[in-house]
Amino acid sequence: MDEQKKDYVLLKGNEVIAKAAIRYGYDGFFGYPITPQSEVLETLAVDKPWETTGMVVLQAESEVASINMLYGAGATGKLAFTSSSSPGIALMQEGISYMAACELPGVIVSVGRGGPGLGTIQPGQADYNQAVYGGGNGDYNLIVLAPNSVQEMADCMGKAKELTFKWRVPVMILSDGVIGQMMEKVELPPFTPRRTEEEIHQQCPWATNGMGLKGRKYNYHSSLEFDPLVMEDRNHKMAEKYRKIEAEEVDYDTYKADDAEYLIVAYGISSRVSMKTVDTLREQGVKVGMLRPKTLWPFPNRILNEKAENLKCILCVEQSEGQMIKDVRLAVEGQVPVYHTGRSGGMISSPADVVDAFKAMARENISKNWPKGYWIK
Amino acid sequence: MTEEIIISGFGGQGVLSMGKILAYAGIMEGKQVSWMPAYGPEQRGGTANVTVIVSDDVVSSPIVSYYDTAIVLNQPSLEKFEPFVKPGGTIIYEGHSVFQAPKRDDINIYRIDAMEEAARTGNSKVFNMLVLGGLLKVRPIATVDDVVKGLHKALPERHHKLIPMNEDAIRRGMEIIQKVK
Repeated sequence: MDEQKKDYVLLKGNEVIAKAAIRYGYDGFFGYPITPQSEVLETLAVDKPWETTGMVVLQAESEVASINMLYGAGATGKLAFTSSSSPGIALMQEGISYMAACELPGVIVSVGRGGPGLGTIQPGQADYNQAVYGGGNGDYNLIVLAPNSVQEMADCMGKAKELTFKWRVPVMILSDGVIGQMMEKVELPPFTPRRTEEEIHQQCPWATNGMGLKGRKYNYHSSLEFDPLVMEDRNHKMAEKYRKIEAEEVDYDTYKADDAEYLIVAYGISSRVSMKTVDTLREQGVKVGMLRPKTLWPFPNRILNEKAENLKCILCVEQSEGQMIKDVRLAVEGQVPVYHTGRSGGMISSPADVVDAFKAMARENISKNWPKGYWIK
Repeated sequence: MTEEIIISGFGGQGVLSMGKILAYAGIMEGKQVSWMPAYGPEQRGGTANVTVIVSDDVVSSPIVSYYDTAIVLNQPSLEKFEPFVKPGGTIIYEGHSVFQAPKRDDINIYRIDAMEEAARTGNSKVFNMLVLGGLLKVRPIATVDDVVKGLHKALPERHHKLIPMNEDAIRRGMEIIQKVK
């Protein structure tokens, strides 16, 4: 009944990023086209939100310009976002580190493709390290959300808005070319008005919004600090905040994992492929389940560590040569062997590929022929 | 019910939009759907394909290894996808564009002469709707009414006047599809 009443539309993941941003009351977008995320800017150009909500949409001259515009918008307390794909996100790393250093809000959407370098324009997941461990310098973290459906692309835009202001940490939405390019039915969020200047002034006392000197001293944001003691103090405070985020914001999903003897860990498109793998193997009587991190940072360490007790082994499915696997191995602290499978460079494992890899893993794990952490091809 | 379909042909034949209309019709029936194109530096005359899944349950992987139904609108598409149709599944091929018919005998094979029909009526633009009609005849995933509802939702209002013509083509496609084996 309720299901029938919902106003579903059929959209691409990238289109939904744009439409959700308008509806969640984002103040601005700065970006540069790159496959496979170009529909974000294209959809904004078609929908012309500057005529309705007043959202600013600007095609910058490069990704370096986009991220620095985001830095500026964040400094004024505005809610802005940029989007790009792998090589474009690589160009942004300096600006991301500066934003993290100044503890400014901002949302970065990364629609991954095959790498390294310019790589291919086909989907990839080889940017886990780039997103979670950062290409920028210094002791910082981004909150990293990993949607695995078109609906979650919309939901993540709302969650990113909430988290980036709650913690004053830039949020990255790490998607991939499949989720960006595929269409699914989606229910878009209702319209939330953009915040007024007065609301920003009230909610963001740190904002350099030209409304200072009304009962407070001027605000100032810079990542440069000549006194190392002061810089260390800033680092300590940021680290304290990161520990709180790790305690409070972990998010994950499980699929048929309650009685599982084997666990697949996967995010984004790999988690969708792996759902089908789990279904296929369950039909054959194998007790296998899946755990899907919805936040890649903070990573669901505790649940993985607890689950590991009752597992025979773990298979990480990523469309890369193996990046998240290191976090999984850290989380389980050597309790069980952890294996990797996946394709890279723009190729995507099919559900049958993952079934084959799983069977090879289970076989070899029983015979103990392979060392822990063996990469399965 | 889960129907995993691949539609494949030349760029410009309306492969992607046919998939989109089918997915919209699925939504109108209250089903879960996914539409996953092969994207890249595609062009008119190049290859184009899209995987459409219509299901009563949540769609797990939008990328599948084997298909319930393959709609092939040129010879390379047939050669590429014939081995990946599930036993007992279905191939629909376009009679003019595919010159060597499918060889398997463990699947249902249908032929639709949509290009000939489009040429006969002088309306090449409804080519893909003729094929869609053929599909809905042999695999009743959605009703024609739901497809029409889907068209209303998928098309901008300025194109709504074209819907009756498309509906006619779908119904005509249902008539002209033939079982080969």
